[in-house]
Amino acid sequence: MATSFLWNCTKKFVSASIITVTVSDRYVTVIPVRGGSMSPTFNPKSGSLMEYVFDDYVLVEKFCLGKYKFSHGDVVVFRSPLNHKETHIKRIASLPGEWFSTYHNSDVVQIPLGHCWVEGDNAASSIDSKSFGPIPLGLIRGRVTHVVWPPQRIGAVKSIHRKDWLSFRIPTIVWPP
Amino acid sequence: MRFVGYIAQWRSAAKEALERTAIAVKFLCCLHLTSNYLCSPCHAYGVSMLPTLNVAGDVLLADHLSPRIGNVGHGDLVLVQSPLNPRIRLTKRVVAMEGDTVTYFDPKHSEAAQVAVVPKGHVWIQGDNVYASRDSRHFGPVPYGLIQGKVFFRVWPPDSFGLLGQ
Repeated sequence: MATSFLWNCTKKFVSASIITVTVSDRYVTVIPVRGGSMSPTFNPKSGSLMEYVFDDYVLVEKFCLGKYKFSHGDVVVFRSPLNHKETHIKRIASLPGEWFSTYHNSDVVQIPLGHCWVEGDNAASSIDSKSFGPIPLGLIRGRVTHVVWPPQRIGAVKSIHRKDWLSFRIPTIVWPP
Repeated sequence: MRFVGYIAQWRSAAKEALERTAIAVKFLCCLHLTSNYLCSPCHAYGVSMLPTLNVAGDVLLADHLSPRIGNVGHGDLVLVQSPLNPRIRLTKRVVAMEGDTVTYFDPKHSEAAQVAVVPKGHVWIQGDNVYASRDSRHFGPVPYGLIQGKVFFRVWPPDSFGLLGQ
């Protein structure tokens, strides 16, 4: 009877795992945040020795991948354009068709159709669109909505449009009307 | 007394309904796993891949495991999300991988050949019909992460049923 017990356990384990994988691919998942490029929003004390024990865990929702409608300041998870095996978490600064600039440099970049500009909150140590340019929206794998670990920082992640981002849409004027 | 009988009936009916739902949910999850990680059918239409694929539309089988393990190379037909609109999937051929230098010509813009270097983590995709295809010659190299599957088999139309090669 031990074999039938083991068989039952295996069956339950396999069904639980396939349901978990499906839900995590299509609806919501929980992932750890590595690195300090989004301090102080995530991992505010990164750089210390206890990094791996005290990583933040965040809730990522995948419903946004139906329509790809994002807003400024959304924190998203995306596959790196330089290495398809890595995923990064950054904030969307600018949407397709807009012109983007920051106070710090005088370049103005036009974001092409279907792309977006992502930046980390910790501008000093963040590899983001400043290095690899605007990324296609198709690389985005989900939107971060809540922090679920550590318990003292459980809460929603707000979409903040940073004050030093200048992102504007130039209206097309049709002349003669 | 009849009330207790009803409760017992209801309980067994509910248990059976729950079991049936569990089987349906497990089946749908297996379907999701197969079509996302193993193999899925897709419908491709348009002129950009003539003569390999027909204008009216072909049903193809795409394997989703190969891009994940890095098994995409020169000459492969791939399903890739369009960098201009993430809701559209294109079927194109990989002409060059990262680090390669591509010599291409765009018949609509100029007669001269142009050269580009494919950066790290990107691929250069082109449609087989160079005269009517919007591909990397127009929107540049695309990141490897946008590749969703490798097309290896054609199911419909039945007279061209078979493996799709290089």
